[in-house]
Amino acid sequence: MVKAGGATLFAEPRFRICGDRSVMVEYGDGIDYEINRKVKQATALLTDRRLDGIKAVIPAYRSLTILYDPFLVDPESLRDQIVSLDEDKPEEPVQSSKIVKIPVCYGGEFGPDLNIVASCRSLSPDDVVALHSGRSYYIFMVGFAPGFCYLGGLDERLHTPRLATPRTLIPAGSVGIAENQTGMYPLASPGGWQIIGRTPLKLFAPERDNPFLYQAGDTIRFVPVSGEKYRKIYDEEHR
Amino acid sequence: MEFCIVERPGSLTTVQDKGRYAFLDRGVPLSGALDLFAFDAANLLVGNDRNAAALEITVIGPKLRVLAEADIALTGADMAMTINERPAAGWQSMRVREGDIIKIPKALKGCRAYLAVSGGIDVPLVMGSRSTYLKGAIGGYCGRRLMQGDVVKRGAKDLLSRPRRLPDNHIPRYSGEILLRAVPGPQDDFFTFSIDVLFASSYRVTSAADRMGYRLCGAPVNHDRDAPPSIISEASVPGSVQIPPDGQPIILLVEQTSGGYSKAATVISVDIPEIAQAVPGATVRFERVTLNQAHDLCRKAAALRSTLVEAMMDR
Repeated sequence: MVKAGGATLFAEPRFRICGDRSVMVEYGDGIDYEINRKVKQATALLTDRRLDGIKAVIPAYRSLTILYDPFLVDPESLRDQIVSLDEDKPEEPVQSSKIVKIPVCYGGEFGPDLNIVASCRSLSPDDVVALHSGRSYYIFMVGFAPGFCYLGGLDERLHTPRLATPRTLIPAGSVGIAENQTGMYPLASPGGWQIIGRTPLKLFAPERDNPFLYQAGDTIRFVPVSGEKYRKIYDEEHR
Repeated sequence: MEFCIVERPGSLTTVQDKGRYAFLDRGVPLSGALDLFAFDAANLLVGNDRNAAALEITVIGPKLRVLAEADIALTGADMAMTINERPAAGWQSMRVREGDIIKIPKALKGCRAYLAVSGGIDVPLVMGSRSTYLKGAIGGYCGRRLMQGDVVKRGAKDLLSRPRRLPDNHIPRYSGEILLRAVPGPQDDFFTFSIDVLFASSYRVTSAADRMGYRLCGAPVNHDRDAPPSIISEASVPGSVQIPPDGQPIILLVEQTSGGYSKAATVISVDIPEIAQAVPGATVRFERVTLNQAHDLCRKAAALRSTLVEAMMDR
């Protein structure tokens, strides 16, 4: 089925071999909400069933990758199970997805590139904040680094190129824009995104039972906060 | 209980187990011992559980002062270990006592050694594993590499009633010429013309080689003209042979969870230890195997392990 935007949702999942301990299952060929929801649904079903020999299920934009133990699972039966997963419960709703509010202090020392993004797009800094915090962002995928999410839906008026020279260190919690993407840096790291603000929340807290605030399929909503509020939340988070 | 104090840490000594599977869907990489054959053997030699944590020692090893009696075994790279200045062989258990000085100078063959101790290295489980993930500063010894003055603890465990050693003919010989068997895929259909180049050429290991991946240099593996140069980001696995637009292969290892470059083939699991021991300048060739052949090789490796376990128990 070809969808608006040119992505195709496959009638049947397609399989790709990734060595002797993993297999990838593709549900479509583009970045698309419906294709991604199929991925989430299959991931949830596979995870719920706790099948013997499946060591991990890793969802991505349009595919999921299964790590398996070849002594407990044979790839043919795994393939059958995945196809039947699709037939058994075609309309089963995806596990309830959360809306996660992320407080952000925009501009100033926390968002050194806010003015650059604004002037680049002939907007005022307040407009940038209003546009960025004025809509929700769907998490297509979490990967690359702990808690790093690939978000969909950045307003076209905010699309801004990456920095010409990447920074050597971007503080944890920084919120940025790169081309048509927006996202957060859960860990301090080098990077070339335009940094427009910072969240006081710990996006990766290994000491918590659940170290993350969100997973793929959830929705992120950025909420502007003052510097004073930032520091108050920061102190609570980092006590 | 206490095992040793670190007098010199070496270039990169970390605590690793078999890896962290619980949060791969949140971008937390697998981590864990890169050479699982040597890691497994080290634990077996001191009578540990299969997932007990050990020290992964990279290129230049540590100097350790023993604080209490224990059995140790060093496997993997040949690091010319001495105990109290006397040469101590690898791939066998050794009893060490309070005050003993273990020196592990540097890798002569291979580049990663594993030091197991009775009961395993005792560090807290973090997100389901004891493995160190340096970039995330989690797991292992306070989320970091060992440093001078660190006191390393071990789990409680009875010492061996008699020493164990791996029979000589089972000790891997690391050479500068490595053959890696690989299954085509996941994106072998992007390389219909050039996948034969990958399997027919010889590549050199560059200096960009670490736990994240090994960059190789050699005959470029070109994408088919009608294939996209990159893909929509998806998971990668240890052994993924990633082909960036310049055609120079990168073998991805345990500290990478996803990426947007296509992957022509995947090194089979039993051959990952070969690349884990490869040093810059080594040559790598790839040999094509089918998935069935790869699974047969897994079964053979498991059968061999069972024989070794029995052989060691008998000694």
